[in-house]
Amino acid sequence: MMQDINKLEQMYKAGAISRREFMKRSAAIGMVLAGSGIMAAGSAQAAPKKGGRLRQGIGNGATTDSLDPGTHNQGFTHNLVCSYANSLTEVDGEGNLIPELAESYEGSVDAKTWIFKLRKGIEFHNGKTLTTDDVLASINFHRGKNSKSVVKELLNPIESIRKDGNNTIVFELKSGSADFPFLMSDYHIPILPEKDGRLDWAAGIGTGGYILQNYEPGVRAEFKRNPNYWKPGRAHFDEVENIAILDATARQNAIMNGDVDVINTVDPKIVHLLTRVPNLKILEVAGLLHYTFPMRVNVKPFDNPDLRMAIKLSVNRQEMVKKILSGHGTLGNDHPISASNRHHASNLPQRAYDPEKAKYFLKKSGMEGVNLQLSASDVAFAGAVDAALLLKASAAKIGVNIDVVQEPKDGYWSNVWNKKPWCTARSRGRATTDWMLSLLYIRDQKWNDTAWREGPEVDRFNELVEIARTELDEAKRKALYVEAQTILHNHGGAVIPMFANHIMALSKKIGHDKAISGNAESDGNKSAERWWFV
Amino acid sequence: MHPIFLTIMKRLGLSVLTLFIVSVIIFSTVEFLPGDFGQAILGQAALPDTVAAFRRELGLDLPLHVRYFDWMGGVLTGDLGTSFSGRGTQGLDNSRPVIDLIAPRLSNTLFLASFTALIAIPLSLFLGITTALYRNSIYDRTVNTITLTTISFPEFFVAYLLVLIFASFYKVFPSLANISPDMPLGELIYRSALPALTLTLVIVAHMMRMTRAAIINLLANPYIEMAEFKGLSRVRIILHHALPNAWAPIVNVIAMNLAYLVVGVVIVEVVFVYPGIGQLMIDAVTARDIPVIQGCVMFFAVTYILLNLFADIISIITNPRLLHPR
Amino acid sequence: MMSTDNRSTAAEVSQIKARRSLMENMLRGLRQAPPTALFGMAVIFLYLMIAIFAPLIAPYGESEVFPDAYAPWGEKFLLGTDQLGRDIHTRLIYGARNTIGIAIATTVLSFLIGGSLGLLAAINHSGWLDQLLSRIVDAIMAIPSLVFALMLLAVFGTNAFNLIIIIAVIDATRVFRLTRAVALNIVVMDYVEVAKLRGEKMGWIMRKEILPNITPPLVAEFGLRFCFVFLTIAGLSFLGVGIQPPTADWGSMVRENAGLIQFAEYDITAALTPLLPACAIALLAVAVNFVVDWFLHKTSGLRDEQ
Repeated sequence: MMQDINKLEQMYKAGAISRREFMKRSAAIGMVLAGSGIMAAGSAQAAPKKGGRLRQGIGNGATTDSLDPGTHNQGFTHNLVCSYANSLTEVDGEGNLIPELAESYEGSVDAKTWIFKLRKGIEFHNGKTLTTDDVLASINFHRGKNSKSVVKELLNPIESIRKDGNNTIVFELKSGSADFPFLMSDYHIPILPEKDGRLDWAAGIGTGGYILQNYEPGVRAEFKRNPNYWKPGRAHFDEVENIAILDATARQNAIMNGDVDVINTVDPKIVHLLTRVPNLKILEVAGLLHYTFPMRVNVKPFDNPDLRMAIKLSVNRQEMVKKILSGHGTLGNDHPISASNRHHASNLPQRAYDPEKAKYFLKKSGMEGVNLQLSASDVAFAGAVDAALLLKASAAKIGVNIDVVQEPKDGYWSNVWNKKPWCTARSRGRATTDWMLSLLYIRDQKWNDTAWREGPEVDRFNELVEIARTELDEAKRKALYVEAQTILHNHGGAVIPMFANHIMALSKKIGHDKAISGNAESDGNKSAERWWFV
Repeated sequence: MHPIFLTIMKRLGLSVLTLFIVSVIIFSTVEFLPGDFGQAILGQAALPDTVAAFRRELGLDLPLHVRYFDWMGGVLTGDLGTSFSGRGTQGLDNSRPVIDLIAPRLSNTLFLASFTALIAIPLSLFLGITTALYRNSIYDRTVNTITLTTISFPEFFVAYLLVLIFASFYKVFPSLANISPDMPLGELIYRSALPALTLTLVIVAHMMRMTRAAIINLLANPYIEMAEFKGLSRVRIILHHALPNAWAPIVNVIAMNLAYLVVGVVIVEVVFVYPGIGQLMIDAVTARDIPVIQGCVMFFAVTYILLNLFADIISIITNPRLLHPR
Repeated sequence: MMSTDNRSTAAEVSQIKARRSLMENMLRGLRQAPPTALFGMAVIFLYLMIAIFAPLIAPYGESEVFPDAYAPWGEKFLLGTDQLGRDIHTRLIYGARNTIGIAIATTVLSFLIGGSLGLLAAINHSGWLDQLLSRIVDAIMAIPSLVFALMLLAVFGTNAFNLIIIIAVIDATRVFRLTRAVALNIVVMDYVEVAKLRGEKMGWIMRKEILPNITPPLVAEFGLRFCFVFLTIAGLSFLGVGIQPPTADWGSMVRENAGLIQFAEYDITAALTPLLPACAIALLAVAVNFVVDWFLHKTSGLRDEQ
């Protein structure tokens, strides 16, 4: 299969096949876009130019949004924060971690102590110089008993933070974590100014490439370039305007009619038509976002591993990618580690739709003709109900009756997900393997939505995640993670049929680096900082 | 005391009662919405203790009647309360008063409503009067058929068609009506042209048909026949004899449509990304931001009641028999 | 004995007469109907037939999934397939059944609720029941209906049954207003007073004296309300809270594919896909409006001489 992919890639680069054809064929052979450089290569641009006003149509945003980084939960605020503020570290276009406001970072041998050196002489938009106190305030803001921050849990591993001199910060962790510097790139943890011992987030002042001029939550945000931006070769636009356009059709009309230069999400259904609009280009990056059908293994009949295997085998993944994602995604292999992750278990055979084998496992489970309920709502992901219906149709062929229950959109995440025995769900994925597995699959996690807590496989899986967390040797670490993925693939409770690509539409006037981050849409939402007008 | 004054006072009294019932209905409906603000705003990421902390801070753990009277007390002293959103993750409180949230959106909505009304009302009066004048002519039938057709289209369909014609095929107007208050008037009008046009198409039919029907209804009256016998021209009869007596139903239907323009334009806002109050309201419902929901609904109810009251007063003033009751 | 016989014969004759005259009236009415009304009636009849016989007419099952998504128009799929590979032609036909069925159910329910309460209020006018009902109705009417419907749907959950009940209740307020206003005019008439003095029961008075006199405006209103309900449901489906998939309905079908309209210059059949259900909605609404228009015209007794 690797040869097929290489051949395809060569054909694409040589211009022998179109992007669309490439996407189609690669999806057809179950190939995953490793890294992301491939897709962007065809549209590599000349050197960046300065100037212009970038107008971005963003598919999220609500009137209830605020500048408080502890409440941010979607693309509008993500993009906003990445435009006016920086973090200690940053994930680059190729998925590597690079220092941002930190000059360097270094861990102890047991990965329990992390020392971050701060860049010197960086100023906030109001002229205040960045100090270690700002960093402490920015991180402590999310910690502590009274915190309501969405990343409170994420920062739980931190035992203590202290400053050591004027530009050194020392983190002591409760247990070793090789990926800790990755956490510091999270968009919820921007470094903002401290004022009177507290984090001053309400002013919208940061160290970023753009100065926030005007912010109407749920409507728009306007920025102008920060003339003193410290980062060389970034932030090229004079002005940036982000507009919240929630309706997919309105967003598409806006870019087609030239009312905006970028839209950050494109309905997969219309991509093939958008490619025909002459002044537009489609940017597509394999992402971490994946769609899941978690079965709670502590509830009958999902406690039966043979039934779970039968269901996993009766999912027609090809059809789902083709119809739910219109081909703009990749096949999932019942574990949450994306192919763009360096720890992806690429040697694990891709699970395919296999009615015969599924029937065999169903018979072994002794549950032929079983009736199951699948709770679905499009809140989980666009097309979730449709996906459930496809699953119903393909499972019916092996003798499993699935009753698709439409759940209300309101309160889906609190009343259905992580409660009902089987439902539709999504995860936006996380930048590191440890983060991803710790978030949803380890035993004690509240969000363990498959309730996968008992049995020898679970013990081994939890042990693997724990060892890997402190393992600094990359090769050994990968081996541990591959074993963990294999266990999930064979014994876990989640059906993970597909990973969705990030699809954006850009005016042809926009230039960008060869490698586009798959961390989030719009180049990891750093579009304002990284892109330019050609 | 003048009878009109008495009528108006009675109407005002009833309106206050109606407002009270509206507030009770809304308060109890919101109470039954699944999930709460903490859950809605934190979404998938909500942890039980985080949500609980949020609830305590917002006072959501207090019993229903306590919260209701608390809020009512605020409203009576002119304070609509503070939005739930914008509260800091810890410490800092940046939440905005409901009135500050509503005011800018409201000014946008009122702008669009007045812009539309300025086109739609004269247009429908003109069409109504001329079709009554030339009733059953080809002109009358054509106008009737066209207006019937436009109200039969779903709003979103009219909106997308206009986008297709005026923004895509002929780039006359932008498809994105993302206005902001600091834009000059010309820019505002240019950007809101398509939403205003959509709404005009939706409401003209009602008003025009009511105008026509009201005038034709009066034509059977003896005093009109009298005027006809005197040999007055048809234009004169309609403008000077029929129209003054037809105002009551016409004003009523205009008031209804104005109320619709203020409260019912959610779909047009969605299609054109117009930052009006409808979207704010939907967001507030989705996020369970109770003070904002209450504020918006009370505002809508007041608008509706005032417009109706206004229409009633006009009906009374323009009707001599009601103005000088026996 | 003789006299009784006579009376019964007379009654029989008058019955036949009444039946005949009704038939005749209808035929005469039809002959006099303007072309717009005839067109309207033909369209409504056609829609009803399609709705009733949907399973017989439709080439495939309502949510039958085929391997090819977005198949072009052709022989196998007359109007192509949608994003899941379901036949659009089939879904349009089933959409008639679901959309019209729900709209009719809602309108009937709202007339049952609004009409009966309106009558009660009119008979009891200025009494406590009238006051109570009128205040509640005023309050509900003062709440923007779309937003109120959204909230109630969030409370009770979005399914066809709740949708019908909620829209019916909200819509019943308008019916209540009209019924009460029209019935009030009749209630004060002398013949109603006479019937009351005669000692007739309330139900008898309502059935025999009031209802026949308020029927014409209510029938016209039924048509208008039907259109309104129909468009409201389409609007709710557009906002994603109306009729839920996999049930085929026109509002959702427009929404799902609305984005394609813009691509008319690149792919005309793709652009037509969302227009078809939208036209289906519009055509029915136009047809009903045409018929109502004619009916109002006929019953209002307006002079028609010019």
